[in-house]
Amino acid sequence: MTVTGGRFTATGDVVLSVRNLHVTFPSEAGLVKAVRGLSFDLRAGETMAIVGESGSGKSVTSLAIMGLHPRAARISGSITLHGRELVGLSDAQMSSIRGEDLAMIFQDPLSALTPVYTIGDQIVEAIQTHHDVSRAAAWKRAVELLDLVGIPNPQLRVKSFPHEFSGGMRQRAMIAQAIANDPDVIIADEPTTALDVTIQAQVLDVLKTAQVETGAAVILITHDLGVVAGMSDRVTVMYAGRPVEQGSVDDIFYRPRMPYTIGLLGAVPRLDATGSEPLATLQGNPPSVVDLPPGCPFSPRCPLAHAGCRTTEPDLAGVGPDHVAACWESDRITREHLTSADIFPVESAGDVPPPDTTPRTERETVLSLENLSRHYPLMKGAVLRRRVGTVYAVDGIDLDLRRGETLGLVGESGCGKSTTLLEILNLHAPTDGRIVVFGKDTSTLGRREKKTMRRDLQVVFQDPMASLDPRMPIFDIIAEPLGVHGWSKGRTETRVMDLLRTVGLEPGHANRYPQHFSGGQRQRIGIARALALEPELIVLDEPVSALDVSIQAGVINLLEDLKKRLRLSYLFVAHDLAVIRHIADRVAVMYLGKIVEVGDIDEVYSRPSHPYTQALLSAIPIPDPTTERSRTRILLHGDLPSPANPPSGCTFRTRCPIFEGLDPEQRTPCLAAMPPLEVAPDGAPVTLAQALDPAEARPGGEDRPVGRDTPTDHLVACYYARPVKVL
Amino acid sequence: MVRYLLLRVANYAVLLFIAVSLAWVLAQTQLHPRQLFEVRTPPLDPRSIENILRAANVSDQVPLWDRYVTWLRGVFLHWDWGTSPGGGAVGDEIGRRIWVSFRLVTIGWLLGTVLGVALGAWSAVRQYRISDRVVTAIVLILVATPSYVTGEVTKMVATAVNKQVGFQLFLFLGEKSTGTLPGYPLAGLVDRVQHMVLPTLVLTLLGLAGLQRLQRSLMLDALGSDFVRTARAKGLRENRAVMKHALRTALIPTGTYFAFQAATLFVGATYTERIFAFQGMGIYGVDTIATQNINGIVAVTAFGGLCYLVGAILADLMVAFLDPRVRLS
Repeated sequence: MTVTGGRFTATGDVVLSVRNLHVTFPSEAGLVKAVRGLSFDLRAGETMAIVGESGSGKSVTSLAIMGLHPRAARISGSITLHGRELVGLSDAQMSSIRGEDLAMIFQDPLSALTPVYTIGDQIVEAIQTHHDVSRAAAWKRAVELLDLVGIPNPQLRVKSFPHEFSGGMRQRAMIAQAIANDPDVIIADEPTTALDVTIQAQVLDVLKTAQVETGAAVILITHDLGVVAGMSDRVTVMYAGRPVEQGSVDDIFYRPRMPYTIGLLGAVPRLDATGSEPLATLQGNPPSVVDLPPGCPFSPRCPLAHAGCRTTEPDLAGVGPDHVAACWESDRITREHLTSADIFPVESAGDVPPPDTTPRTERETVLSLENLSRHYPLMKGAVLRRRVGTVYAVDGIDLDLRRGETLGLVGESGCGKSTTLLEILNLHAPTDGRIVVFGKDTSTLGRREKKTMRRDLQVVFQDPMASLDPRMPIFDIIAEPLGVHGWSKGRTETRVMDLLRTVGLEPGHANRYPQHFSGGQRQRIGIARALALEPELIVLDEPVSALDVSIQAGVINLLEDLKKRLRLSYLFVAHDLAVIRHIADRVAVMYLGKIVEVGDIDEVYSRPSHPYTQALLSAIPIPDPTTERSRTRILLHGDLPSPANPPSGCTFRTRCPIFEGLDPEQRTPCLAAMPPLEVAPDGAPVTLAQALDPAEARPGGEDRPVGRDTPTDHLVACYYARPVKVL
Repeated sequence: MVRYLLLRVANYAVLLFIAVSLAWVLAQTQLHPRQLFEVRTPPLDPRSIENILRAANVSDQVPLWDRYVTWLRGVFLHWDWGTSPGGGAVGDEIGRRIWVSFRLVTIGWLLGTVLGVALGAWSAVRQYRISDRVVTAIVLILVATPSYVTGEVTKMVATAVNKQVGFQLFLFLGEKSTGTLPGYPLAGLVDRVQHMVLPTLVLTLLGLAGLQRLQRSLMLDALGSDFVRTARAKGLRENRAVMKHALRTALIPTGTYFAFQAATLFVGATYTERIFAFQGMGIYGVDTIATQNINGIVAVTAFGGLCYLVGAILADLMVAFLDPRVRLS
């Protein structure tokens, strides 16, 4: 064993070893068996991911290792750090290890830093708790750490309070604090779940830097399989508190042997998938870890389950070198090379009408936005309120949506996508421009016309918990729009039962309340309510972003199926470009209230021509380790500028990787005006490296297609637009 | 910050003026000091009654507007708040009573605050343990008991103690003894302390009860927050994480409550004043109404309003001091 820099272990030695960990705590409903028999070894410099859905026990595991579990929790088994047993240590003993050898990064950077102390104070506290150094020295180290994690002007920003930092910067500060004492193990609990994709890419990059800098082993807890593929060496999949499969990242992604792992991988919509095969759907929901029935906890949802699975729970058994899975059928899975398509048969809803083959341009336009703008006044002053500025939430966008089509609207938080959606739903005149729904300008509608229009235009919200009245049985929730539009009692009843069946819920459950349903089921109730009046256009605001992967797939499949059967048109707002790729026909990318690129989904994903679209696509992790390892990323600098104070000229120029490489003369057009949306340039896509080479940059126009073979409506707003192969 | 505060003060001054004027109109129209003199035996001459009333600027035969102008002139030009029907200057009376109230409430208020915060934070950390349940039960009883009951019970206990020890350990009539004091040094101070113990105890208990409830719930929120867990993950021991991170953050709303309470206590310790025979502001407010003392009640209202506004400004300063998020914006 070589000792380097005071470290006990060299790369490759086991740092942390967990054996047969059980965590149990009492609750009103009974004993919660949150973790049941977890074992793993973590080596220096290695990253192990713990993957699982909500309630699978992954966060409890991390807290147990840190010794920060609830006081009532009972822990058994063994956790050793450098051979020292941690289970049973006093709080004082654990405190000397926490922050020094074991560090942790939490999910929500907005609430994880104390609001009343400066960032510097908090990092200094982390250092001085363990080391007897002067405040000045600790402060200097804090500045160095902030510099290391990429905070600009660290000397200045170290005196900032957390609320003066954006979410991404706070997470960087969290990482700086975690690595302040050069820990041996860093536990990152969903470190990027609360962040936008471009920020996620930045933060993951910082996390890698931090790991290289400290040589620490990392436990990465996440539900995002794309992040796992890109970040980890080994993976533990947890289900109902139990590890169900453990192995190298390649084993787990390419040779999964446990049906749950297989289903999870099949259920993720992929950015690089072409065509739209339905996703694998896992029926049912993860079980409650109170009063688990005997047998494999996954057996109720497992198509391969047989009687034996329901009586005895399988232990982890070797299915390959350094690869274990807990399944009675793993031999059969290996032998027959079963994939998610074999194991999880796709729900077939039966009578699907033949797809509409009418060319897009000949179909009816159901929604059209012309130069839509929504500006909000920025007010100041308590006594004399005065206008000090304008928030350009949506600033002149044009879009059209044809019958039977799904238009995806994507962008980061604050880009104006939700405002756009609300403007459409309001049916009022916008600040500027026009909203035309079913051929009628919404600013000219009377009360009666609005009511009729609302019948044809429905909405599904993001949070399935908040959008259903908890005091109404779901029958009443779904029947409410019917009552408003004067349906008779008898017709309403038949309709609600039909709707419940349509969205895959039991009509017998109509008298239950929303709290009795899981997240995915609640979202189905929300969809049933939207469908009640047989609308033609449904706007969906992040309908699946609050759901677990295995549940999300079912809802996506349902939406696709409904669209085909009922000839619906969707305006689908999402931040997840993989979901959009799966469900949308066309996509519009928004940045700071403007559309920067729009076009056919395959066209935009295979030939993204705006640098922002390219950055977004390159930032999204793909659940495929080989692809992830070989990918180059465009990392955008900084955060989204405030829509109250957008940059002059092209609004993207402050973060634009192309603009950065241009010489002053080439920059002139970008500084002068926002580029108009024009037909995207023709030609074969170039590589990322070529795209970022300033010598290659040419003002648009030369490349603009003159007489392209196929007419295209792929539009892009950039003077230096050129198609790039990102995926 | 200074500009902001000045604006705030100006805003409050206008509000206070309107409030006091409204109180003046209400008192002038609803109180009838004339009746006080008409029932006297032997009966007074109506002319001299009128003269007395006019001298105090409370005669209902003078037009309301004229009385208002006279009152305003008195207040703004001579800082003269008028006289009571009995003839004493209201300003002098209040000037004396303010200090009585001040001496009465200050210690109790500070003690109540400190103990309330400490007890609230302590019981939050020990949520649902026996100690928390006991403290909570006692505090709930205190909160639910009317303050005059608390006062009387304290008195009864003190009397019993006095009997037991055989001399007057606790004194509970007024601020100090009237007769001659014993000859030992600092006898005056000892006498005052003997008088102060019981009312201070009552005020402390009342203040403590309210603050314990508030602080406990604030502290529970703070204890469950992510940043306390972060502090623990850095290696801070539980006590230190609780004191430095949770309590510090949970004190922000308490700061506001503390400042406002100062103001209301000044004129609101009526029962305590009555029970322990302190001639303070609270009891004066009640007495002025009972004795048809129009100028008195207006002055009390003005003083109460002033206290409240000072409390509001104090609360602003307090929050700005405790919360950097407010300080910067």
